[in-house]
Amino acid sequence: MTEKYHMPDERGHFGPYGGMFVAETLMLPIQELNLAYQRFMKDPEFIAELDEDLQHYVGRPSPLYHAQRWSRELGGAQIYLKREDLNHTGAHKVNNTIGQALLAKRMGKTRIIAETGAGQHGVATATVAARLGLECVVYMGAVDVERQALNVYRMKLLGAKVVAVESGSKTLKDALNEALRDWVTNVDDTFYIIGTVAGPHPYPAMVRDFQTIIGREAKHQCKVLTGRSPDALVACVGGGSNAIGLFHPFIDDVDVKMYGVEAAGDGIETGRHSAPLCAGRPGVLHGNRTYLMEDDDGEIIETHSISAGLDYPGVGPEHAWLKDIGRAEYVNITDDEALQGFHALTQMEGIIPALESSHAMAYTMKLAPNMDKEQIIIVNLSGRGDKDMHTMAQREGIKI
Amino acid sequence: MSRISTTFTSASSTGRKLLIPFITAGDPVPEFTIPMMHEMVTAGADIIELGVPFSGPMADGPVIQRASERALEQGMSLRKVLKLVSGFREQDKNTPIVLMGYLNPVEAMGYQNFTEAAKSAGVDGVLTVDIPPEEAEEYVSLLKAREIDPIFLLAPNSSDERINKMDAVGNGYLYYVSLKGVTGAGHLDLTEVEKKIQQIKKFTKLPLGVGFGVKDAQTAKSIAQIADAVVVGSALISKIENNPNNLDKAKQEIVDLLASMRQAMDS
Repeated sequence: MTEKYHMPDERGHFGPYGGMFVAETLMLPIQELNLAYQRFMKDPEFIAELDEDLQHYVGRPSPLYHAQRWSRELGGAQIYLKREDLNHTGAHKVNNTIGQALLAKRMGKTRIIAETGAGQHGVATATVAARLGLECVVYMGAVDVERQALNVYRMKLLGAKVVAVESGSKTLKDALNEALRDWVTNVDDTFYIIGTVAGPHPYPAMVRDFQTIIGREAKHQCKVLTGRSPDALVACVGGGSNAIGLFHPFIDDVDVKMYGVEAAGDGIETGRHSAPLCAGRPGVLHGNRTYLMEDDDGEIIETHSISAGLDYPGVGPEHAWLKDIGRAEYVNITDDEALQGFHALTQMEGIIPALESSHAMAYTMKLAPNMDKEQIIIVNLSGRGDKDMHTMAQREGIKI
Repeated sequence: MSRISTTFTSASSTGRKLLIPFITAGDPVPEFTIPMMHEMVTAGADIIELGVPFSGPMADGPVIQRASERALEQGMSLRKVLKLVSGFREQDKNTPIVLMGYLNPVEAMGYQNFTEAAKSAGVDGVLTVDIPPEEAEEYVSLLKAREIDPIFLLAPNSSDERINKMDAVGNGYLYYVSLKGVTGAGHLDLTEVEKKIQQIKKFTKLPLGVGFGVKDAQTAKSIAQIADAVVVGSALISKIENNPNNLDKAKQEIVDLLASMRQAMDS
């Protein structure tokens, strides 16, 4: 790679992926959003306001923490954790919702909508909407409303209206459909905050740009702490926003290996998983071309993962491109392996990771022992595990 | 000239406006579809839009989404929809059929395979909701090479530039979505619709169908006075949904509604 990486093109293509595959009714709102986003990302005043909020409201920069005990135990590379779990609201999601909410305010929109799976993005959206005094409606699959009752309550406390979506499989993909419908109907006053690097252009690029703060900080912190660049990056991939946030600032540093970890659920061979990059094929869904979990007729198939945040049949188009050009490697971790990662980090470092991030931890346990002690892995600890206590207890047969 | 264009041309010579019903193929069961199509033609349909069910129907309202779900539960797929079209063509060689659906099933089949299979099944037009003209170059040229009309949507917020683009790439007719929102949505403002139609007509000679929000004979009549064709979907599908255990009754109610629309439009 001699030329500098510069993606997407002006219509949102990452090679054959991405694009704007939407009905004509959505074309104008998306074009308007794109213009606003292009303009404000170059506006020093907007950037200053964003930086200010990231520092004082979110609590950035998040630490890059050397997990010494765990590194010793694994006996290989030195593991550094990028502590996105320490952000306000407990995950990386808020980096993006802060950015999009400020954009909404600049565009004069008074109403915010969002889709959510596990509820983390919904909470992060409701949080910033509360702070800016914007009306907020969150669409959530009825199944997820049931299994993520705590986050539903959090969103309601924050003043958001949570709509349980009863159509289709009643999960994230259906919540996304419903949010898009709301948006086409109420586009004049409504801003749609998508939570991951998927959807039609400019969302994959815009959400990435708000999340690259993770990788920019990590790059700098690694230099300061160790005097050198990392050898490998590891992050979990559902839609892929925390992973692209970490990876993107390193794409031109070709010696830095990148591992995106998908959810293998019960195992790829069982078909019950959420790993479109590892086991899916390209198609078009939710406004972009990317790898999908689909059957031979092109119908979307139901996904499975213990982690609700990875339970999505598509993946951000930039990951599809990074896979095809071989710049990043996409691997997978089963539910059982993720639980091992969860316990390992909790016991070795006193940090309880989210089940999503536990997939990255589990892969790190495979990767680190095969590397030298002088080498460095940065793992994105994208969220904290408090929200998963109920799921964990249930899985392990404990009543709380 | 395509079967669709011929239908519009011969209607316009007599001042007749076209009635285009939409049903989802395979809803509620595959056996329902072909007889229903024939009866719709008898009741006054000029063109039939046949919905291809998809598991991620982001531009449709709840009524059509549920129709999709019912059809998918019955194992409906793009290939099976094409079989239904072939079945319909055994008895009706004249009524144009337009497939309306989403891109992913077409991508899964492959543009080449799909366009060939659609041609041999007797499909006349294809409206793929989530492929804008910018992304559709290869798809459109394959459709046109097989004399299948690519049909595109226009929305209340479509700019002059977009209308021009749709005119350049579309064939057969353009489908004006008369409401912001999704299929089956709220209330139509006819003055607004008329104003927009006048703007659209400045940029295209293609006939204009208007849909989204056409619920009864009176609306159909009003639309027919300002457009070339009236498209009705959710109002028909509601009849299927409301009579889950009596499909004969559903069929009769669909026929009655279409006949009343036809009559109102012609009077």
